[in-house]
Formats: sequence, structure tokens, C-alpha cells
Amino acid sequence: MSETRLAVADVSVEFTGLRALDHVSLSVDTGEVVGLIGPNGSGKTTLVNAITGQVKLATGTITAAGVTLSGLSPRAIALQGVSRSFQIVRLFNAMTVLENVEAAALAKGAGRAAARERAEALLDEFGLASKADELGDSLSYGDKRRVEIARALAAEPKFLLLDEPAAGMNDAETETLLHTLAALPEKRGLGLLIIDHDMGLIMRLCHRLHVLASGRTIAQGTAAHVRAHPAVIEAYLGKGTAHA
Amino acid sequence: MAFTIQFIIDVLSLGGAYALMALGLVIIYGILRLVNFAYGELIMVAGYTMYLSSGSGLPWIVMASLAVAMAVVFGIFTDYAAFRPVRAKSVTAVLITSFAFSNLLQNAALLFISPRPRNVPLPPIFSQTVEIGGAITPVRNLITIAASIVLLAAVAYLMRKTTLGIAMRAAATNFTMARMLGVPANLIISSAFALSGFLAGVVGILWIGRIGTVVPGVGLEPLLVAFIATVIGGMRSLPGAVVGGFLLALIDTTLNYTLPQDLLKFRDAFTFTLVILILLWRPAGLIKGPASGQRT
Repeated sequence: MSETRLAVADVSVEFTGLRALDHVSLSVDTGEVVGLIGPNGSGKTTLVNAITGQVKLATGTITAAGVTLSGLSPRAIALQGVSRSFQIVRLFNAMTVLENVEAAALAKGAGRAAARERAEALLDEFGLASKADELGDSLSYGDKRRVEIARALAAEPKFLLLDEPAAGMNDAETETLLHTLAALPEKRGLGLLIIDHDMGLIMRLCHRLHVLASGRTIAQGTAAHVRAHPAVIEAYLGKGTAHA
Repeated sequence: MAFTIQFIIDVLSLGGAYALMALGLVIIYGILRLVNFAYGELIMVAGYTMYLSSGSGLPWIVMASLAVAMAVVFGIFTDYAAFRPVRAKSVTAVLITSFAFSNLLQNAALLFISPRPRNVPLPPIFSQTVEIGGAITPVRNLITIAASIVLLAAVAYLMRKTTLGIAMRAAATNFTMARMLGVPANLIISSAFALSGFLAGVVGILWIGRIGTVVPGVGLEPLLVAFIATVIGGMRSLPGAVVGGFLLALIDTTLNYTLPQDLLKFRDAFTFTLVILILLWRPAGLIKGPASGQRT
């Protein structure tokens, strides 16, 4: 089981005394889509940063497919098969779309020809083939997001962490993205962790949800279970409306 | 006609050398957002390697290759000695350490070799002249043009088509992100220093070939030229460095041809006036390059 699992166990993160994450445990299995939700400032992005090694852990451990990630550099973690996208898109602006995706494949040790092939296939899959030679800078916001996801996939990750992949996309784009993402775990044999504020997207896409509020886990389980959970309703809508 | 050809050859040969100097400097700046002030000393190293190996009886091309190789070694050494230990700490620290390293190398040359100019072996072809369309020009100008075309094309190919080039450009645009994708940062930086040293080595031979001697301060002018070329071309862009190099050569050569004899010694004042005007017009340089210029 642990061979195909990204496991966050008892993780806390502190920023100068402020506890951003408080003993959080979460797991993502291969083939699974897990939604990470919670109000603003609840620690969702911090948790992703903790997994990818950008913030230090105060307590707990993180393992991916049995390998301990906590304490490794972001680069080493990427090479262990954990890829991510960012809330604010970070493309290589001066490079073409194709090169952006290629760079990730090359960084994981693919040869020139293999990287090019993989990048072209991914651009096709994400409907970006016609923009392959445009510069990262010149794309629309929705396209930039798609390039970022394609780039993360070019590293052939075992676990993919997407931080608000649908932010800034219109309804039609979100719908297309939903179908692409839904097919990923099966097709590529990876585990997917998604942060998003679009509850429609999250509820339809995710097998399980994990809800954070003020750095603590307040609920986890199926969409139906989480939606009916009093603590979740309280966190999102405030006290007093829970029984309304 | 002969005059036009002469002018074009002068601009292209000076511009080619300037462009290569600028490229070697901007490759480091692009990735680290730091100017390597010890860059000129790599040219000095190439020159003294030629001088020291001149008695060895080796064929000239072997001595030249050895000189370029030493510039590469010292390029990588610059990274380890001046940049890597303080890179993550502060910009000012690296500024100081690269100046210090520059001084150290210059003083080592003063102390262990000589403050006086030393002859550098040059093949006879460097001092021959050739007539093209009525214009008489030194063959070394043509060699410089050829060498810069080949090297600029090779660097363009390296940057666009190879794994190392794509990794260097990714690191130059967004260093943190490149690391997060798994790009080996230290290896990329060392490679950039090696490439910078290679360009300095080749330029060193061509540059020193104009005068035939090497002194400890020989690297100062190339450093200054490279710095100005990258500033007017655009600090973040490799094509910008090349354009800046050629533009600076065009300005210098035009002034050489047009200024009256007694004003010629003030040529640099005229050049820098034009540079200031260019910068007032385009403060970020002619070619802007990636906008995400945060040092990381």
C-alpha cells in the first residue's frame, strides 16, 4: 500500500510562532483524486509547500511511495516523482510553450528526442499544439495554467499537486480542464491532490475531500459526507448558520 | 568602395570581439543576476598561458587550445572561489568577492610573472595583410570575424537545441522554478562559468593578438566593453549582448573614422555620450529579455 501512497503524517508548520499547519495527516493513493479545500488562510498552499520541500516541518513526516521526503531539497523531491503547479503561474516567460514543457522532461533525465516527443504529446492532449512556438509570456491566463499542468506532467510524476488549476479560467475552459484532470490518475497512474475554490469542480472531480480550517483538519471523506459536516458549514459560512 | 569595405570589416571584426566579450559576461548575469567582475582576468589568464607556453615548442594551435582551456578552468574556479560560498547570502558580498578575486589574479600576475608587457606567440598569419576589393586589412580581422560568426552560431545552437542550453535558459528566467522542476542548479551554474571562460579564452587570444603582448591589467578594457555592450543591449538577453557589442563597435569605428586627429584621444568621451543617450531613450537596454528579473 505504502508503495503507491503519498502520506503526510502529523505535519505541523510554523511561521515565527504562528502555526500555519497543526498536526495534519493526509494521504493520496495512486489512481485517486483528493480535494484539499478550506477557507482562505487555512493552510492549503502551505501544505503543498511542505510536501514539495519549500517550507520546513516543525513536526511530522512526509513520504512518497515509501521514500521520506521531509528534509530533502525541492529538487530532490521533484526527482522523487512529486510535481506541482502554482497558485500564481510561474512559466519560463522567455521560452516557448514547447520548451517550457520540454525543460521539465529534460530535468527528469529524458533525452532530447524523448523530451520533445513527450512535450508535443502533452501539448496535443491539452489543446495547446497550435501555440507550441509562442512565448510563455504571450499566452492567455487559461492557457498559461494549462501549460503549467502540462509541464508538471512532463516530469512523469507519481503524485501531482495542483494549486487552483482552474483559477482565472472561464466556464467552458474549466469544463474541459475537469475532463482532462479526471482522466489523469487512471491514464498516467498517478495520485492527484487538488486545491480549488470552485466547489462545483471539486465535488465532481474528487473521490475524497480533505478540509482545513486555521491549519487544522476539520473533516475528511466523500463529497456528500463533507458537505453535510457541521464543522465545514461553520468554517465556510460562520457560526449560527450551521443549523439554519 | 574600398573605404566602405574597410569600414565594414573594421566594424564586424571589432563588433565580433565585443559581442563575444559581452556574451561571456551576460551568460553569468542571466542566470545569477550578478556581474562577474573577475571576467577580464579570464582573458588575462588566456594571455599568460600563451606567454608561459611560448617556449615549449608546441604548435601554436595547441598553445591556443591550452589558453582557452585555462580560461575555462579559471572560469569554473571563479564560481567556486568568489560566487558559490556567498551566493545565497547577499548581492553586495558577491560584488566584493568578485572584485577581490579579480584583484587577486591581477596581483598574482604582477608578483609571479611581471608588471611589464610580455610577448605572446602569434602565428605569422596574424600579422599578414590581405587586399579585398581595394581595401587592405589585416588577416586577423578576418579571423576574428570568422571566429565570432562560428562561436555566436555555436552558442545560439547550444542555447536553443541542447539539454544544457534549455536548462540554462530555464534557470536564467526563473531560477527557483527551474530547481523545483529538478534542474541541477549548481551544475548549470558551473557550466555557465565554463562557457563564459571559454568565450573569454577565445576573445583573449583574438584581443591580445591585436597588440601581441599581455600585461596584468589587460582584462580591464574587455570587461568595460562587455559591461557597456550588455547594458545598452539589455542585461537579461543574450541576443541583446550581441547587438550591444556590434552597436558599440559601430559607434567606436565611426568615431575613429570621422573624428579629427586631435579629438581622437577623447573618443571614449564621445562614445559614452552616445551610450548615455541610448540609455535615456531605452533605460532597460535595446532588447528587454524576460521580465521576471528577480534575483533568487
